[in-house]
Amino acid sequence: MPESSLVKDGRSSSVEYGASPLRQFSQSSLLLHRNSYMLGTFCTEHNVQQCLSHINQEISSLGLPPVWTESGNSSELNIVAVLNCMYDLIQLHRRGLRTLESMEVEQLKSSSNIDHLQLTITRLKEQLELSKRENTGLLERERQLQLKAKSLQSCLKNEKEEVQKLQNIIASRASQYNHEMKRKEREFNKLKERLNQLLVDKKEKKQAIDVLNNIGRADGKRSLWKTEKTEAKHEGEMYKTLLSDYDARQRELVLENAELRKVLQQMKKDMVSILSSRKPAVKSDKPEHSGVQARSEEEEEEVFDSSKESVELYCVHAREKLTNSIRLQWRRLKSHVERLDSQASLVQMVESKDTDAVPQETQEEEMDRLKLEIQQCKDFIQTQQQLLQQQLSSPCDEETASLLSNCYMLQEKERLGEEWKTLEEQRKIFERERKNFTEAAIRLSHERKAFEEDRATWLKHQFLNLSPFADSKKTPLLKSKSAFLISAETEAPEKLIKCHSDTASPTPRCVPLASASTADLYRTLCLIPENSSVQPKTNGEHVEESSMFCGDVFVQHQQWEHSEDHTPSQEKNSSI
Amino acid sequence: MNFSEVFKQSNQLCKVSPDGKYLATCVQYRLVVRDVSTLQIMHLYTCLDQISHMEWSSDSLFILCAMYKRGLVQVWSLEQPDWHCKIDEGSIGLVSSRWSPDGRHILNTTEFHLRITVWSLCTKAVSYIKYPKACQKGIDFSRDGSYMALAERRDCKDFVSIFVCDDWHLLRHFETETQDLAGLEWSPNGCVLAVWDSCLEYKVLLYSLDGRLLSTYSAYEWSLGVKSVSWSPSSQFLAIGSYDEKVRIINHITWKKIAQFEHPATVESTKAVSQVTNFVSLINSLLLPHLDEICSLPVQIPVVKPDPDRANPKIGVSVLAFSSDNHYLATKNDNMASAVWVWNMQKMSLEAVLEQTSAVRCFQWDPRHPRLALCTGNTKLYLWSPGGCVAVQVPTEGGFQVHSLNWHCSDNSLILLGKEQLCLCYMETDEEDK
Repeated sequence: MPESSLVKDGRSSSVEYGASPLRQFSQSSLLLHRNSYMLGTFCTEHNVQQCLSHINQEISSLGLPPVWTESGNSSELNIVAVLNCMYDLIQLHRRGLRTLESMEVEQLKSSSNIDHLQLTITRLKEQLELSKRENTGLLERERQLQLKAKSLQSCLKNEKEEVQKLQNIIASRASQYNHEMKRKEREFNKLKERLNQLLVDKKEKKQAIDVLNNIGRADGKRSLWKTEKTEAKHEGEMYKTLLSDYDARQRELVLENAELRKVLQQMKKDMVSILSSRKPAVKSDKPEHSGVQARSEEEEEEVFDSSKESVELYCVHAREKLTNSIRLQWRRLKSHVERLDSQASLVQMVESKDTDAVPQETQEEEMDRLKLEIQQCKDFIQTQQQLLQQQLSSPCDEETASLLSNCYMLQEKERLGEEWKTLEEQRKIFERERKNFTEAAIRLSHERKAFEEDRATWLKHQFLNLSPFADSKKTPLLKSKSAFLISAETEAPEKLIKCHSDTASPTPRCVPLASASTADLYRTLCLIPENSSVQPKTNGEHVEESSMFCGDVFVQHQQWEHSEDHTPSQEKNSSI
Repeated sequence: MNFSEVFKQSNQLCKVSPDGKYLATCVQYRLVVRDVSTLQIMHLYTCLDQISHMEWSSDSLFILCAMYKRGLVQVWSLEQPDWHCKIDEGSIGLVSSRWSPDGRHILNTTEFHLRITVWSLCTKAVSYIKYPKACQKGIDFSRDGSYMALAERRDCKDFVSIFVCDDWHLLRHFETETQDLAGLEWSPNGCVLAVWDSCLEYKVLLYSLDGRLLSTYSAYEWSLGVKSVSWSPSSQFLAIGSYDEKVRIINHITWKKIAQFEHPATVESTKAVSQVTNFVSLINSLLLPHLDEICSLPVQIPVVKPDPDRANPKIGVSVLAFSSDNHYLATKNDNMASAVWVWNMQKMSLEAVLEQTSAVRCFQWDPRHPRLALCTGNTKLYLWSPGGCVAVQVPTEGGFQVHSLNWHCSDNSLILLGKEQLCLCYMETDEEDK
């Protein structure tokens, strides 16, 4: 390749173009290197004509007058034309350079414009981003503020309601206070009036109690003086009641505690047993439950421990231990049940072990069995009901039914009727007898009264007669009396004994007699059975004597008679 | 069910003796004592003025007749009709009079509650207790009659004094943490004293017999508080009825609330109510076996709104009554005055709501069976038991309006009091099968 300094700088190209020497270059490369500034190798001695024609063509294509015409014989170039052509070419070239400059300048301008615009674009984009972020921030704040406003509004409403409520309360309290004030004022006024009245009133009525007679205390004891001992006794009694109450309560609580503890222990045992029965199944089933196994072993130990240490459960730690262990068991049981439930809900595959399906099956079996039992019981009840119905509604006409219904009672009814008749007759008899007795008693009382009067007068005479000659007459009288006594004794010893007892508590009438002489008394007594006109039965004598020495005669009479009435009738009743 | 004839009475003073044998009634200034079974007049006493208060002594031997206007108390004896006793309070006046539990002392409260005079009928001795408090329930005797609790107020502070009724020895005297003590009540076992504050503050204090404060209970602040308090017969529960229309049950072990009963105007859930009985449409008849109309839920109970400007508003639970076997609690809410609510204490839930045609005036449990008798001021007597309910018309000519009622302590009979009349109602024993 020929050495050539290729200058690409447009401005200095024309200068360098001229200055550089002509270089040789191949014709074939002319066309190829047309655009490059290859200098000097275009024309050689051999291709002058070609070059001339070529240059002509080119100049004419540029619009310039041709340099060389072929029609001349002179092979010399038209120098003027060539110089003009060269000048034109140089002008063209200069013009081209100027346009190039201006275009370059414009290009620079536009590129700087572009840069500027790009800068502004980026700036504006950033601004836009910023403002968007600000906008979202503001929106967020607005939302929060709205929420806050709502909550504040509701707070305000609540506060208003509360204020209203408090106002109501205040109003009611105020009305209550006013009412109390008025009441107190009224009472105060009454007090003032009363005070005035008392000050004015000279006559002061004192407090007083007017009791007919003091009545005894309710418990019959005498009231005690207030001493320290009684005070201490009262304190003691008070504490005793309190203590007994606490005792009772504590006992109840202890019992309740024991019951609850028992229940808890039972629950724990049940849970442990349930969980431990799962142990072999668990082992074969899911080996990852080894942890559970270990724990279940511990549980068994715990169960043993707790049963031994049941007494020690009274302390707090043991109690906590029990409750914690129960909670643990319960959790395990719960998880186990949940597991079972989930397994049951899955499709029952043959792979699932019997142990899992067993609980369900057993449950179903139980249910069926129970249902069967229920059905059986129902049937039984129904048959029973039917039988009863048949019994009650046996088909027979009314007459026979009534007859049959009464037939069991007929005999007894007849017997009852007979007995009733006899009883009625007896009752009538007793009534009659009672009437007779009452009449007799009345008669007796009348006679007794008369007799009493006689006796009183007689005794008076006796006493008056007796006094001076007591000694001389007494002994013979005594003798006779003693004879009477003996006879009387043999007759009715009971009577005399009765008299003994009766004289111990004499009635006012008998007092003077007793003081005189008991012998006289005996005599008068002995006289009575002889003197009395009425000849009653032996029972009647009892009546008379008792009546003499006791106060209420008539009542006694009646009592005796009634008792007499009753005793025989009682005997009769017992015979039936 | 048999009804006796109608007798006269005045002032709703009609009481059966504690042993159940006699019935004492007051007619103006006369005291009439009848035998309960035959209703024959056994004794007739005449007092000096119209009788304001009448009370039997605990041993049924004496009757106290108090005439507040004249300041006189006359005591009559049943055993000896000619025995008399007259206590004249003089110028100091008389506001209330009552027996002591031993039946031998009379406690008279003077006018303005200046002091309480204890008159002894055994010794004619007099003792005085100063500064008693004038409140809803300032005195209570323990059930066995051995202790008396008295509310006092000195220097604007509330105190409680516990006396031994034997010799009126002051056992304990302590200050209570109340603003304005409204009432006190012994528990049936005699070991705990419940003390409650006035309605301006909800506070119930529980003191032990020896004066120690066991516990304080306060459900809420500021609104009107406790309206009524009642112990259960076993001393297990304390029921507190308040102005917020709720009843709170306190247990005796922890003294904390274990249940709360509300009285809504609309009774809805079937779980809460097992029987809503509407007596409104029961037919009039003498013997009415088990005819009750069970309404379909939800039931609307008529509510009367109280006047907000007046004091002691008619709202809140004002009456609480436990049945004698501890199983039921009957309550009445004042703004639903025509309904009586029966609560089951074993399940701690509502058992029945008994709705009447008009406001319920009085209800009381049978002392032996779980049977509730109530009256509304008309001529009918209503009975409720867990098995069913009955409405009975009192068969008297001229209409007998039942204003209040009292059960006989043992005899299965009821005493019905009208405005000026009284009538006895004997239950048949086969009604126990209900």
